[in-house]
Amino acid sequence: MTTAIKIENLWKEYRLGVIGHGTLTHDLQSWWAKVRGKEDPNAKITPMFAGQEKQIDGDRFWALRDINFEVEQSEILGIIGKNGAGKSTLLKILSRVTAPTRGNINIKGRIASLLEVGTGFHPELTGRENVFMNGAILGMSKQEIKSKLDEIIGFSGVESFVDTPVKRYSSGMYVRLAFAVAAHLEPEILVVDEVLAVGDAEFQKKAIGKMEEVSKDRGRTVLFVSHNMRSIQNLCNRVCIINNGSVMFKGDTDTGIKEYLKITYNRTRYSFKDIKRPLGVGKKVRITDIKIGNTNKDEYNCLPFGSTLIFKIKCTNLSKNMIEGLQLVLGINNLMEERIATLTSPYNFDIKKGETIHIKISTDAILLNPAQYSLSVNITETIRFGGGKSLDKLDKVSIFEITNLVEKQNSKFKDTVIYGTLTLSDFLFSINYNK
Amino acid sequence: MEQKIARQLESWDMIIKPKTGWFDIDLTELWNYRDLIGMFVKRDFVTFYKQTILGPLWYIIQPLMTTVVFTIIFGNFAKIPTDDLPPFLFYLSGNVVWGYFANTLRQTSDTFNTNASIFGKVYFPRLTVPAAVSIVNFAQFFIQLVLFIGFYFYYMLQGTPITPTIWILAVPLLLLQMALLTFGIGILLSSMTTKYKDLKFAMGFVIQLWMYATPIVYPLSQVPEKFRTLYVLNPMVSIVESFRYAFLGSGAIQWSYVGISWLVTMFFLFTGIVLFSRIEKTFMDTV
Repeated sequence: MTTAIKIENLWKEYRLGVIGHGTLTHDLQSWWAKVRGKEDPNAKITPMFAGQEKQIDGDRFWALRDINFEVEQSEILGIIGKNGAGKSTLLKILSRVTAPTRGNINIKGRIASLLEVGTGFHPELTGRENVFMNGAILGMSKQEIKSKLDEIIGFSGVESFVDTPVKRYSSGMYVRLAFAVAAHLEPEILVVDEVLAVGDAEFQKKAIGKMEEVSKDRGRTVLFVSHNMRSIQNLCNRVCIINNGSVMFKGDTDTGIKEYLKITYNRTRYSFKDIKRPLGVGKKVRITDIKIGNTNKDEYNCLPFGSTLIFKIKCTNLSKNMIEGLQLVLGINNLMEERIATLTSPYNFDIKKGETIHIKISTDAILLNPAQYSLSVNITETIRFGGGKSLDKLDKVSIFEITNLVEKQNSKFKDTVIYGTLTLSDFLFSINYNK
Repeated sequence: MEQKIARQLESWDMIIKPKTGWFDIDLTELWNYRDLIGMFVKRDFVTFYKQTILGPLWYIIQPLMTTVVFTIIFGNFAKIPTDDLPPFLFYLSGNVVWGYFANTLRQTSDTFNTNASIFGKVYFPRLTVPAAVSIVNFAQFFIQLVLFIGFYFYYMLQGTPITPTIWILAVPLLLLQMALLTFGIGILLSSMTTKYKDLKFAMGFVIQLWMYATPIVYPLSQVPEKFRTLYVLNPMVSIVESFRYAFLGSGAIQWSYVGISWLVTMFFLFTGIVLFSRIEKTFMDTV
């Protein structure tokens, strides 16, 4: 195995406040805001997330702090991390869009990055001309594009329109042509941003399929940045987690995803006081507590497989009036952030002013496979013409875990299912060998 | 051991590192991207006249109309002397050269802002963009030069006393200087506009004022002797005046003016490249 990319002691600094603050207008703007007692629009950035304090040093912000890792040849490495963790900065440096402050990256082979498709497409140029334009921007020579032109146009499926200016294209045709060029780029190392995986399902499949093909069949190295754990799991052999500007984990995909989920859900676990709600909700009615348990214990976030599920939700009317016609929607999500079950209150209920109600949902009907899950709770008010208005909404909170009944029942099975699924609690199963 | 390390270093195809050095422009790389420069040039040409009725004719309408206006206003009303040359030819020669300078400068100085969306997504040598702009404008200039030569012969056939001088042989060198100077100032300004956007707004009228500091609507001979030394520090003075002298055979150009102009040209080109190479790697952080 040879190393394709070697990142050594990479640091990237951004100046806070200084950027764009060199003009008189901004100074006046800050002063005017101060006079009116408003927030200074040019104020320095304060840490958005817990843990970022370490990254701020005076008016400097270290977006990347001492990153070190290596990528082997023909490896598909997933780079994951929360928003603001430094993924995009790393991507920008790898793409040479911006330079690091310290440290260096050594690269073996031709590298191409796809932060978007169709960079440099000009609306007035025809499809064919844009293939050349885009190809040249991505670093292909004219000769190279010429030799692949038919293939590219064939792949895009816009054969009959290649001599039409792309401004007349539908957006679908545009993206397909743009992707076709990108797909035929043949670098030894490909850096792909998740934005590429946005688009319709068919396109996503095609894009991801192409990436897999590039890596598996041709031994190319792929760096894939994404938030979507499902595509990371499908595609990558290894993952690298970036948290607060540093590498937190580097290793196999399953462990990596588990680690990542741990850091993303840690913040929202158990605490209901500080949960950020979308604007305008949680004012009239507020969910103050959620408890998950089974018949044995009241609050127990770790339940054995097959036990009765009991959800207890405490909810207060904070307004000065009685609120009528309320509905509760409880969603169970797996940690891939996919909704796997939704329960709705069978009838509408009211809460008197200042009163706190205790809702209890108890069920044997759903069976969750051993894994971790989160809850989404939504309290809505029925409005006259149908539909509902959300009064309080908590998304992906209260992590709980379903554990295996038998400890080491089937370790192989246990390791692979790390995202939760539903199974049926009541079914008949038979095999007939002698017909 | 040391040898081993050295060999390892060599085996990398590319090393991404913080910006270093003052003169960090890789000309080989620029050459490798010549196809891209070609594509930019083609794009600008093709898109220029798409959906227009007059198409490429626009390249000659602009200097022609300006010259007609100048001839009427400065020649007929203001009666500014033109070194005994036919006013129309005098203004046309100035406009053709100035047109190249002004257009190229305006476009180049905005390189980073107009291309921020591409620059933010893909790496390619950033100098390809101003290089392409220069080529496109030079081609436009060439068309306008042909127009000028057309009128030039027309006036000659009419018997107007205009005689080319030996300087006409140096015209290619003159055009090279014009291209280098414009490129240099253009990339210098483009590096500065990334930080100070004010420059973008100032560009328009600065170019206009600059024209009045250059012998476009009046000849160099009209500038009082005591201001000449200061005046010829404007590198465009020598270029415009030499151009006229070469073709039309009249003017007040001197070798020393040419020398000063070349020095200033080299200064702008050098500082332009230095500043551009400093800015290009990290401009995405400030733009």
